[in-house]
Parts: sequence; structure tokens; C-alpha cells
Amino acid sequence: MKFLHNFLDKVRPAESSPLYTLHNAIETFLFVPGHTTHSGAHVRDAIDLKRTMFTVIIALLPALVFGMFNAGYQHYKWLSPEVAFWTMDNLVYGALRILPMITVTYVAGLSIEIYFAFINKHAVNEGFLVSGMLIPLIMPIDIPLWMVAVSTAFAVLFGKEVFGGTGMNILNPALTARAFAFFAYPTYMSGDKVWIGDSAELAQKVDGFSGATALGQYATSGTTTYSAWDAFLGFIPGSIGETSTLAILIGAAYLIYSGVGSWKIMVSGTLGALTMAFIFNAVAGSMDPGPMREYMSIPPHFHLVFGSAAFALVFMATDPVSAAHTETGKWIYGFMIGLMGILIRVFNPAYPEGWMLAILLMNTFAPLIDYYVVDSNIQKRLKRAKI
Amino acid sequence: MATVHRVRKGFDLKLVGSPSEELSHSAMPQRVTLYPDDFKGFFPKLSVKEGDRVLAGDPLFYSKKDAALVVPSPVSGTVSKVARGEKRVLHFVEIEADAAISYKNFGTSDPSALDRAGILEKLVQSGVWSLFQMRPYGIMAQPSDQPKAVFVNAMDTAPHAPLVQVQLKGREQAFATGMEAIKKLSDRTVLSVRDGVSMPAFDALQGVEIHAFSGPHPSGNTSVHIQTISPLNKGEVIWTLTAQDVCSIGSLFLTGECRLDRVISVSGEGVNTPKHVSVLPGAAVSSILANDFKGESFRIISGNVLTGKHIGLNDGLHFYHHQVATLPEGDQPDFLGWLLPGFGKFSLSRTFFSWLTPNKTFALNTNMHGEQRNFVMTGQYDRVFPFDIYPVQLLKAMWAGDIDKMEQLGIYEIVEEDFALCEVICTSKQPLQELVREALDTVYTEMN
Repeated sequence: MKFLHNFLDKVRPAESSPLYTLHNAIETFLFVPGHTTHSGAHVRDAIDLKRTMFTVIIALLPALVFGMFNAGYQHYKWLSPEVAFWTMDNLVYGALRILPMITVTYVAGLSIEIYFAFINKHAVNEGFLVSGMLIPLIMPIDIPLWMVAVSTAFAVLFGKEVFGGTGMNILNPALTARAFAFFAYPTYMSGDKVWIGDSAELAQKVDGFSGATALGQYATSGTTTYSAWDAFLGFIPGSIGETSTLAILIGAAYLIYSGVGSWKIMVSGTLGALTMAFIFNAVAGSMDPGPMREYMSIPPHFHLVFGSAAFALVFMATDPVSAAHTETGKWIYGFMIGLMGILIRVFNPAYPEGWMLAILLMNTFAPLIDYYVVDSNIQKRLKRAKI
Repeated sequence: MATVHRVRKGFDLKLVGSPSEELSHSAMPQRVTLYPDDFKGFFPKLSVKEGDRVLAGDPLFYSKKDAALVVPSPVSGTVSKVARGEKRVLHFVEIEADAAISYKNFGTSDPSALDRAGILEKLVQSGVWSLFQMRPYGIMAQPSDQPKAVFVNAMDTAPHAPLVQVQLKGREQAFATGMEAIKKLSDRTVLSVRDGVSMPAFDALQGVEIHAFSGPHPSGNTSVHIQTISPLNKGEVIWTLTAQDVCSIGSLFLTGECRLDRVISVSGEGVNTPKHVSVLPGAAVSSILANDFKGESFRIISGNVLTGKHIGLNDGLHFYHHQVATLPEGDQPDFLGWLLPGFGKFSLSRTFFSWLTPNKTFALNTNMHGEQRNFVMTGQYDRVFPFDIYPVQLLKAMWAGDIDKMEQLGIYEIVEEDFALCEVICTSKQPLQELVREALDTVYTEMN
């Protein structure tokens, strides 16, 4: 690989040019630099931010690949009821819809990142490697590409760069993009016509077409036509990456094993969600009959397999920058997300899913949680000093 | 019987080239170099000029704050060079050593017959005092303080650290005499030893608390011992020493001479036979390594690979260091190094597939393995930081220069070496030890 390195050396632009930042990003992408330690410890762990982010990408792959198959499956299912799941046709359909979204996200986000890296004179941070993959996975399949681009640009600019870039943001950038799209283009982000590829065309061709998600059905009728088992495996409509709880769990296992994702947030979030669902079960008995009572009495574990519960708890809540930073804080933070997620899901009349809002809300509370956790340590030290 | 404390957090870096228990005596160095920068909080002024003759024990530097405090010459010889840098900042003092050391005589005495003032006077006068360090700040101790305890560390858990069994062998009498003197300095004397290491020199001690520690590095760091046994509060002072320093103190009372010779380990891939060597502080590394060094492509480190200083073959062993370590330089770019499985890559995380071979000893080099970034990961340091302190929050207070916050978060309880492992495993490659040292210096200057 010597010739490649020499070539990169030869074409290095002047430091005053934005191309220098781009060149630097490409060079460090291809080669871990031969920099040696010059202060402090002389040996270093092989892990860096690139590897960390890449680990998350690997963890996302099962959900992404499943999402591609499912996009095709949900579409073709309406044209012929006998269609199988793991077919090339499904994959090609999904890939043709999803890969452009991923490309648009990366181009929009990375160009802004590179521009800011250039004007702030630092190297391009790797944070967007993951954000750029997360954003398409939490979008409905039918959203126009330009909306993805605008949402991404908004998230990178106002979710991240105005705070000082990767590591300094308060809100989860991927969820900021989704929240922007949701409030700016609500008709493309919710309802019955966005979760299945080419819904408008299918609605004309197929009698009785319904693109409602399981949660959409719950919110209107208190029951769903999808089984919990199908939801666990992921054969249901929904945002691209969120449908298969199983694929997400595979990613979660890798995140936890590699030490990159916080198992504390995942576990406490799950406990929080189950707790809220149990509370609903308990109060549902004393309610008037109707869809709301039905919805509130569904078994708690159903809540974990429908909608984006699993995806949110595994990939969104665990973003280390916007989550609580202390280990005790992570338990509280995760648990509160679980509680709020189910609460908003069941009671929000505008949109039958709560995780985006729950996580963004708790993002803003995470520094407060940390403040009190750290303060207890300070108090302990003060108390000891008096004795 | 010693109380045993178990330290759970931390890890032992498994490096190739660990030192054998063989002890050799290094040849008398031709040159001895002392670096004023080693003596933190001391503000050294020169006591000698080029061409002066010195005996072992004659002062080389005195403290700007207290002229009675001195750093002694470890050898007799002629001051051959005083190197200054910009603004006449003192860089080092070099002494051409005599073939055989002649010592200045400070007179023998029995420490049990002396009182605290008498012992302090002798230590300060001979310059042996320069071995005492203090907490907080990790700087040279001040004899005017009344410490709440003296902590003697007889366990070094750094990678390839010298073994205390080898260091103290044959010096039992000096050790016992030294401990006798130290006991008089404060109400509490604590000796920390590695769990499972028993030595007659320890068993015979009277009036000394012995605490044993087990577990991975940094279980041998004095900060860990202090936090476990007698946490330091604001306004309190603890003096710290290593077991070998005690031998030097003992020798002073037994022989009346300032004998600073010590047993260090010489280790790593860059030497043919890693072992223990008896040397003098400041001794030229070329004399310590003799002809054993493999050459240019290796880095020589005075101290251990976690906290030591990068030095050249002609430089001297730094005053407070007990190791010479070597590492291959890692200045080659690594094609897609962050992307490939990385079966042979060392990482405490399991993001590389080297977790398949957990007991492998690693041929690590000095590569950074990435570039510096903002903090992104959280909770990472907790695995290797066995203190009741929030490390990242403390570091951020240091960046902000917020002294109140640093105090509240426990800056008095740590020194830079306690952050060494955090620095090793840091995903964002932040220079932590440098930051901690600067913060400690700032707080010290503000408080005094």
C-alpha cells in the first residue's frame, strides 16, 4: 500500500484550502496515521473514534439488511399475497429505495461537517458516520429524498455544529433530523400512506389497501391485525430499520459485547417501558370500555416489539454524547426514557409513537441528572473533610 | 498479619520483554545528569558552577523557597556542564563521575536515639530529604509540614516494574533503620505491600501498619493506598516514599553517607536480556543498557511505559524513576487499520478481534492508533480508575481551570500517574497526564 500512501502525499493540497480537510479525511480513512506518542503514556489502545463508530455501523447492519428485504416485502405483498420474504426482488426493491437515502444523508451531512471542520481548523469528526446511517433507518420509506437532505442539514447545523461539533451536542443528531422532518413535513412522516413503498400507487391499484402501522391501528381501534411474533421478527410496516426486534437485538448484543453501547441504558430503558405498561394494565380495568382501554390492557412485552421501542432503546438512547455521562445517571436516564416512551406512545393523539420525543426530552434532562449524581460525590467529600 | 485490600478496577498490560529476577551491577557511569524539572514544587537554583568538584552528597541545587532544601549529587566528580535554555531556564546539570565514589560524611547516628527534629535536620542537611514527596500535588515534600501519615510504597504494579524482593535483597538492615527514622516523622506510618509477597524485612517491623493490596495495576499506586487507608482531605498532607528510598534513608544513618543507588528494571523488546540492574539516579542510560540495546528503531523510556519520559541513549535516568523501558517505535501508517478485524491489536474494548486471545502478551509500539478527538465515549475510564472520583468531570474542571470544582471533585487525591491507564484506553486520545500535571501545578501555585 506504499504507492497509495505516496500518491496521497503527492496530491496533498495547501493547508489554506478546504480540499486539505477533505484530503486529510480521506487519508486518515485509508491509513491510521503513523503518529507516535509524545506526551503521557507511551502505548495506546488500538481503539479510536473511527473504530468505535464503525462498530456501531456493524451493529446496524442486520437492521439495515432486514429493512431492505422488508421494504420490498411490504410493497410486493399488496400486489401478490403469496410473496415470500427473503427474495432477490424484495432486496433489490429495498436497496433501490434505501441506498439513495443513505447516499443523500451522507453527502448532505458530510459536506457540512467538512466545511465546519475547515473553518474551525480541525479534522473531520467521525460522529456523522453513525448519524448518517441512523437517519435513513428512522425515516419512512416513502419520504422524498430532498426532505431527507434538508432534515439532515438541519440536524448537523443546529443539532451539532452550533454547539461545537461531535461530542458537544445536547440533542441526539439523528433524532433531531427526524424531529425536524416530523414537524416540517408531518404528512410525509405520519399517517397511513408513508410506511409502505409507493403507497399512493398501491392505493390506486389495490382495493382495500391499508398502510397503517401496528401502532396506528392500536391508536385508532385499540387492537392490531399484526401478531406480536411477526412484529418481533419484523414482517410489519414501519420506519426502515425499526421493524425487526430480532435484527436489532443482534446489533444490541454486538454493541454490548464490544463495550461500545451502554447495556445499562438498554436494560433500564426496557424496565422503564415495562413498568409504564404494567401501570397501564393495572389502571385499564377501571376505565370505560373503548379503544383506549383495549390499548392500555395489551401485555407489556407487546410494547417492546411494536413500533420503534427496540431501535430507540438500543441505538438512539445509547448515544454517549447526549445520554447521561455518569453510570448511575445512565440508569435513571434510561428508565425515564422507557417510562416516557410508552406514556407518549399511548396518550399522544397526534402521532402513535413516543420514543423520538421521549429521548429528546431526556437528552435535555441528562445534564441535570449528571449534576445531581456528581453532586452527591462532592457532598460525600465535603462531609468527610469535616470529620 | 497485614490487612488485605482488593482492587478490582484496572488492568495489567501484558508486554513482551519482562525482566528476569537476575540482578546485575551496572558499571560506574562516566556521566551523571540531573534534571531540575524532576523536582516539582522545588524551584531549583544552582549551588554549583561548571568546573566545581563535588562529593556524593554535596548539594547541586537548592530551593528558591527555602535555601536549606537541597538536591544532592549522587556521585563524586566534576560539574562538566550546566545546560540552560530560553530565558536561562535550567535544563540539566552534568557531572563527570570519578571512577570510585567519595562520599561526604554527615556522621552516623541511631535514629531511635534522635527526636523528630534531629531526624529531619539530618535528612535535610544530607539532601536525602529530596526523596520525600508529598500529597496533595505529588511534589517534593516540605519539612515544615506536619503530615498526618507517611506512606511507604513497597509494590510497583506498572508494566515490567522492578520486584521489591530483588530491590531489598541484602539491604534489610538499611531498610529497618530507615523505617525506624520514618516512624518518628508522623503519628502514622503505613507500608503497602503486594498481597502474597512476604519478606523478613517486613515481618520484623514494629509500629508500622502493613497493608497488602491485590489486583491489577494501578493497585500499586500510592494514591490508591491513601484513598483506601486514609483519604486525603483539603488541608491535610501525607508524605510518600518508595521502599528503596527507605534503604537510602537507612544508609544515611548507618554510614553517614548519601547513598542513592537503587535497583531498577531494564525491560522491553529493545533489550536482549531484560533484568534488574543496580544503578545511580542520573546515570547515563548508555551505561545502564551497556551493549544490550538493540538500536535506533526502539524508544528508550526513563520510567515505565505508562508514565515515563522519552529519553536518548546519552541522557540520564530521571531522579524518581525505577525503570528503563524500551518500546519499538510505531511510526508507520497502518492501511485501513481501524477497519480490519485486527486479530493482533491490543484493545481493552472488544471492538478488535484480539479478544479471541485474551492471554496474549503484546508487542506494542508507540503508535497513537488514531487522532485526538473531543470526548464522545462515557464510562470508559471507570474500568481502570479505582477511585471514588468522577474522572471526566474532574478533567473538564481542569480544562476550564475551575479550581473550586477541581477541589470538590477530588484533585487532592490524585496525581498524574493515576490517569495513565485512562490515557492508554482513551478513545478520543486526549493527553490526560499532561493536563493533570498542569492543573496540579496551577492549584499549587494558587494555594501557596
